[in-house]
Amino acid sequence: MFVTSAFAEEAAPAVEGGPTGTEGDTHSSTGVPAEAHGVFPPFDPATFPSQLLWLAITFGLFYLFLKRVVMPRVGGIIDVRNDRITQDLDHAARLKGEADAAVAAYEQELAEAKTRANTIGQQANDAAKAEAETARKKIEAALDQKLGEAEARIASIKANAMKEVGTIAEDTASAIVEALVGGKASKAEIAAAVKSVAR
Amino acid sequence: MAADKVDPIHQFHIVKLIPINIGGYDLSFTNSALFMVATVAVASAFLYLTTSSRSLIPTRLQSVSEMAYEFVGNMLRDAAGTQGMKFFPFVFSLFMFVLVANLLGLFPYFFTVTSHIIVTFGLAALVIGTVVVYGFMKHGLGFLKLFVPHGVPVYLLPLVVLIEVISFVSRPVSLSVRLFANMLAGHITLKVFSGFVVSLSALGAVGVAGSILPLAMAVALTALELLVAFLQAYVFAVLTCMYLNDALHPGH
Repeated sequence: MFVTSAFAEEAAPAVEGGPTGTEGDTHSSTGVPAEAHGVFPPFDPATFPSQLLWLAITFGLFYLFLKRVVMPRVGGIIDVRNDRITQDLDHAARLKGEADAAVAAYEQELAEAKTRANTIGQQANDAAKAEAETARKKIEAALDQKLGEAEARIASIKANAMKEVGTIAEDTASAIVEALVGGKASKAEIAAAVKSVAR
Repeated sequence: MAADKVDPIHQFHIVKLIPINIGGYDLSFTNSALFMVATVAVASAFLYLTTSSRSLIPTRLQSVSEMAYEFVGNMLRDAAGTQGMKFFPFVFSLFMFVLVANLLGLFPYFFTVTSHIIVTFGLAALVIGTVVVYGFMKHGLGFLKLFVPHGVPVYLLPLVVLIEVISFVSRPVSLSVRLFANMLAGHITLKVFSGFVVSLSALGAVGVAGSILPLAMAVALTALELLVAFLQAYVFAVLTCMYLNDALHPGH
């Protein structure tokens, strides 16, 4: 909207400041370039209307083309790229979060596994210890029993032996008495005597 | 013809290609008009074709178009704020038009549209016209606050207002003369040095040897003119942005 008014502003001097038609006519009819007038070409007012007109046409079209076609397109490209970059950054941040969570979960699991392993180890240790203990006790008990049996046997053997020692002593004593005294001592007397000696 | 070649002013002559005369005004299609059309065609074609693939990852040429777009966009946003972005198409077309016109003018035998004061004045008048029309449309008489800076003692006010008015009025003149004079002077200098090369070479072996220096100068000047071509388009666009900022925020 402001452009049209600005254009009007620009076009106005073109209409007012234009040279007389005759000057333009001499130009075209003679075909002699402006130097014939001795005017420095950029300051030659005879060329002003045409230059302003064509500037208005070309620049106006250029403006419209850029505004309607080029700038939405370039702006769109840049916006799309920025969106994509933001999106990718978000995605990367999300992935990083996931990775962090995974690491945390892994470490927690690891810690749990460690404690579990420790308890299992401890239990196994305790069980092994207990087993060893019972085995030891069993063996000790068996050994004690055998020891007891052995002692009992020794005791009975000893008792038997002692018993036989009495009879042997009686026999020996009666034989000795027979040989020395020549009489026969009663069995009971000898037994009592042996007993009293053995005591 | 040899004299024509050495004449540094010859390049600025307007030649009628299709004479048109309406209502006593000479509105012929001239070489100047031809190069305006060429400028618009080249700029439009470049911007249109390089962005036609709309690649997410730009090709080199597409990124040139995008850079120009963002360059002007940032320039305008810095100078006139977000409100100024409604003038983005205007400033962008001005920048592209002046830039491409300047660059096209660097080709030998090409006409430089911006070396004519009336063209640059037309563009400058368009800028100032936009500023004035939009300023009054948006702020009404408040736009006149532009001429009354804050914090000036009352007894100095008439003087200051006078200076501000003069400075405002001289804006279109300075804007147009700056671009016009730069392009004109650059092209004359270029032509003079190139003319030396031609005339010296005509003098025989010594002349050919002597023409090396002006040839080197012409090459260096061409590089300088390339810089000036861009710089003047930039300056034109920056000043346009600043003037538009006055239209948007007249209260300094």
